[in-house]
Amino acid sequence: MAMLQQAWLYILNNPLQFAKAAGVHVSLSVCALSIAAALAIPAAVWLTRRGGAVALAGINAANIGRTLPSLAVLALVMPVLGTGFAPSLFALTLLALPPILINAYTGLREVDVDVIDSARGMGMTMGEILRKIELPIALPVIFAGLRTAAVQVVSGAVLAAFIGGGGLGDYITAGIAMMSMHLLLVGAVPVTLLSIGADALFAALQKRLTPKGLQAT
Amino acid sequence: MIKLDALTKRFGRTAAVDALTIDIPEGDICVLIGPSGCGKTTTMRMINRMIEPDAGRIEVGGRDVTHIDAVELRRSVGYVIQQVGLFPHMSIAENVATVPRLLGWDTARIEGRIDELLELVGLDPAQFRTRYPRELSGGQKQRVGVARALAADPPVMLMDEPFGAIDPITRAKLQDEFLSILRRLRKTIVFVTHDIDEAIKMGNRIAILRSGRLVQYDTPEAILARPADGFVEEFVGADRALKRLSLLMVADHLDDEPVSPSAAKLSTHASLHHALSLLLTSGADHAAVVDDAGAVRGRVTLERIKAAATAH
Repeated sequence: MAMLQQAWLYILNNPLQFAKAAGVHVSLSVCALSIAAALAIPAAVWLTRRGGAVALAGINAANIGRTLPSLAVLALVMPVLGTGFAPSLFALTLLALPPILINAYTGLREVDVDVIDSARGMGMTMGEILRKIELPIALPVIFAGLRTAAVQVVSGAVLAAFIGGGGLGDYITAGIAMMSMHLLLVGAVPVTLLSIGADALFAALQKRLTPKGLQAT
Repeated sequence: MIKLDALTKRFGRTAAVDALTIDIPEGDICVLIGPSGCGKTTTMRMINRMIEPDAGRIEVGGRDVTHIDAVELRRSVGYVIQQVGLFPHMSIAENVATVPRLLGWDTARIEGRIDELLELVGLDPAQFRTRYPRELSGGQKQRVGVARALAADPPVMLMDEPFGAIDPITRAKLQDEFLSILRRLRKTIVFVTHDIDEAIKMGNRIAILRSGRLVQYDTPEAILARPADGFVEEFVGADRALKRLSLLMVADHLDDEPVSPSAAKLSTHASLHHALSLLLTSGADHAAVVDDAGAVRGRVTLERIKAAATAH
């Protein structure tokens, strides 16, 4: 408890510094997640349209990407892109892509073929089928992917500190280096809360955006 | 209304549909039937261009459908499939409103049409409008499926085994109801089934297909009386004489001989199949035929039934 109190005091004494670190952490996470979603969801749509060997290769690549440890991704990025915010953002985006891609692809593929057949038979264009039928039905699964990615990115952003990306990870690395437990907690506790918060936020969004007809009773 | 002219579709080397020519007059219910793989579903799906033909012509309402936009064509043709394919994330009202919305109808007109259609297919709008597909039974889902297909009042409807996934009791009820609705609305219908009894019940005309070729195209009565070949004869079943009797009405086969007072009574709306069954159970040689008012219109005899069954 004393350690938590010390950590709290540290934040109160260095509000601007803490706010900046937290701000960097959040913006790294939000940017990485947004870019990853903007790339992975259209890619998933394209893969379902394309099908065959290409789709299989894409999903397998994403599955391999999923198994890479976050630290390894950052370590691999550093020699190529150097240090700072941009390389960290790049690495985190890479980290967020696989779960979003895999879930979006799976969600779209799971839409009942008879539902799509009847939509086509009634005269919907491919674009209308995607917007009005496939995406809304796949939405819960797509959001589950975003949720996984969000939690991964928020916790993964801690590692940005290793390549000078800033964020709350700075406190953790400094805390470890200086054997200062309270400094470590200044980073660790807010990151944990952010991570739980991101999970809860996406869970709520998922529930809210799931069409009524698809909700479990 | 629908003209198929030398229609051909190949999948690889085999012809799924082979130079098929069929003319379906307006208001007819044409049943496409045959064993699986005979090309009946492929034929139906070429009419709204869900499958593109390799050769031949398709005319719907005088228009060559290969020369019009496929999306526009499909919006003007009702489409019902066995699995129904209701949109699970939309309410029943939204499902029914699909095509009118695509066509850009105004809201008031769409809302009115939803109620009208749900009533038509026997679902209370107040109760069903806001429900979702997963809350419905199989029979109710297909009622919605048909309402949805009828929404923009298309002159032509394509129905692919619409009652195939429904239990026998509900199926018979739906067949009766939809037959009367579709006849009343004078829709031209292409109906695919593999069930000969359903074909006889639903069709004005039956097209029997085998390996993508048309074997016989005629009224149910004519097909049962004069099967074109051994294949058709076997396909319609050994009890074809009895099936045929179920299509013939006692009112058309009366004689004027005096009726014995002990004779069993039959309605003028009964079929000869029903009459035969009654005579066999009562052991009599004739039954009295009475109209709705209860007046005796004549009698139906075993002789007459036999003559009708063998008449060619």
